[in-house]
Amino acid sequence: MHRPLQGRSQSPFISLIVISPSQVHRMPAIVAEGLTKRFGDFVAVDNVSFEVPEKQFFGLLGPNGAGKTTTIRMLTGVLRPEEGKVFIMGVDMDRDPLKAKSSLGVIPEVGNVYPDLTARENLEMFGRFYGLTRRTRSERAAALLEELGLGGREDEPIKRFSKGMKQRVSIGCAIIHEPKLIFLDEPTEGLDVHSRRMIVDKVKRMNKAGSTVVLTTHNIEEANQLCDRVCIVNRGNVVALDTPSNLRSTFEGARSVEVLFDRPVECSEFSDQCITRVEEKGNKMRFYTSDPDEAIRKVMKVRGEKGLTILELNTLAPSLEDVFVKLTEAPQ
Amino acid sequence: MAIKDIKVYYKKAPVFIFGLILPTFLFFAFFMGRNLDLRTYYPGFLAMSLFFTASSVGPLITPWEKQTGTFERLLTLPVSIPVIIMGDTLAGAGFGLIISGLVFAFGLFITPFEIGLLSLLTLPLLFALGNLCFAALGVLLSSPAGPVPANIMMLSSLVRFPLIFISGVFVPLSEMSGAFLGVTMLSPLTYLVDGFNQALGNEGVIPMAIDLLVLLSFTIAFLLAANHVLKRKALKGL
Repeated sequence: MHRPLQGRSQSPFISLIVISPSQVHRMPAIVAEGLTKRFGDFVAVDNVSFEVPEKQFFGLLGPNGAGKTTTIRMLTGVLRPEEGKVFIMGVDMDRDPLKAKSSLGVIPEVGNVYPDLTARENLEMFGRFYGLTRRTRSERAAALLEELGLGGREDEPIKRFSKGMKQRVSIGCAIIHEPKLIFLDEPTEGLDVHSRRMIVDKVKRMNKAGSTVVLTTHNIEEANQLCDRVCIVNRGNVVALDTPSNLRSTFEGARSVEVLFDRPVECSEFSDQCITRVEEKGNKMRFYTSDPDEAIRKVMKVRGEKGLTILELNTLAPSLEDVFVKLTEAPQ
Repeated sequence: MAIKDIKVYYKKAPVFIFGLILPTFLFFAFFMGRNLDLRTYYPGFLAMSLFFTASSVGPLITPWEKQTGTFERLLTLPVSIPVIIMGDTLAGAGFGLIISGLVFAFGLFITPFEIGLLSLLTLPLLFALGNLCFAALGVLLSSPAGPVPANIMMLSSLVRFPLIFISGVFVPLSEMSGAFLGVTMLSPLTYLVDGFNQALGNEGVIPMAIDLLVLLSFTIAFLLAANHVLKRKALKGL
């Protein structure tokens, strides 16, 4: 007589393993390992490394000439690094560039589209480049044109469009194949408010829908609002890599007191040990300090001496722009 | 890629000027008022018009794309450099085929040639290889380009014009000799002129199989060279 084994499966070859979703290791969308690029003797990017998890909104910031565009060009396969590796969705960009690029949607810094073609023709052509069928690219092009506010002008040549409209077409061309990873190199530079908001909203929706976004921008406030994590580069090196709030909290010296007086006052009136810097922000004055209490005392002292009236007074935590300026200022 | 080039570049002014108007002007400038036998010179003119039209699109594409900013975008697509090269070549060859086909049809109308079996077999090959060869030459000329189309148009004119004078277009190959014939043999256009001569019932200087083989060889050489140069110069001017 056969008896089943107690507490164990009868077959030695079957096991059941249960893994919770949080335990599944997610492959990063981007892995940049030791990226280095030289142009002659000039080192544009020097040993830059970072990872971008999937679905993250990642900001790449830096002053002009910091190496942002060169870094983006290496990540998107336009430039080959002299040293280092790039992995896009786990695919080595050097070994299999076509497969890696098929996961990308890119709007380069000069991300123009073909001016002699219509908006619809541009979108469908890029859809063809990404391997979409005729029906798919036609349907998606129509939907994107409507969503991007170009309905009614889809069959006009792009050369008649404003800069903002051209950029909307450019975005459409980059996302028609619904990429998992989108690179935006200064997408809102020089655009009017309406176009900028439309583009920002669209990119936010795409990130919420699951796409990883890498944004380079000079608009620090935009990066602050949109990005989950920012990487600040300067002179080809990574100088900071963290969430905007963590970066702000590490710079206590960049806290400030903002005051609106009833009349203009000379900055030199407020020179004091506790105030590291004074800036005029429109009609307000901002006093940078590591000790807001002492700074306010100084302000009140000057107020009393000069007979000023304070119309507004705020204490401010460091902004991301303050952090950015601090990290990228030229050495004295 | 070729479809994109066709849609964008076929309507550009330099393509019409350098590809259509110029060879027509050259032909009439040479033949007007001179009592020349059209049967003798027509194959050379056909080859010349094919040469100019096929090689007029390629030089424009890369520099124009760099100027408008679309070239860098092209490099981010899942499309390799050889595919870009091939697409540009096919676009140029297509343009050349259309125009040279029209010229050929016009020639049949004004100077009826005897189209025998040999012609039926060799003419399509000559048209195809000739257009591919010179379209590839046009692409090669533009592959080191920066974002200034005018510079490359000048360079391509500098290369193309001398070729038509040493390739049997204005002086029949059978009347050439010595060192000049040696120079002539270095030009790919020579083999197209000779092939058209034989296909249209005139006397040839080189066996037809050699004409076709050399055209094929030049095509492959131009494509490989364009690929090599564009890989090194892709970011020039960006």
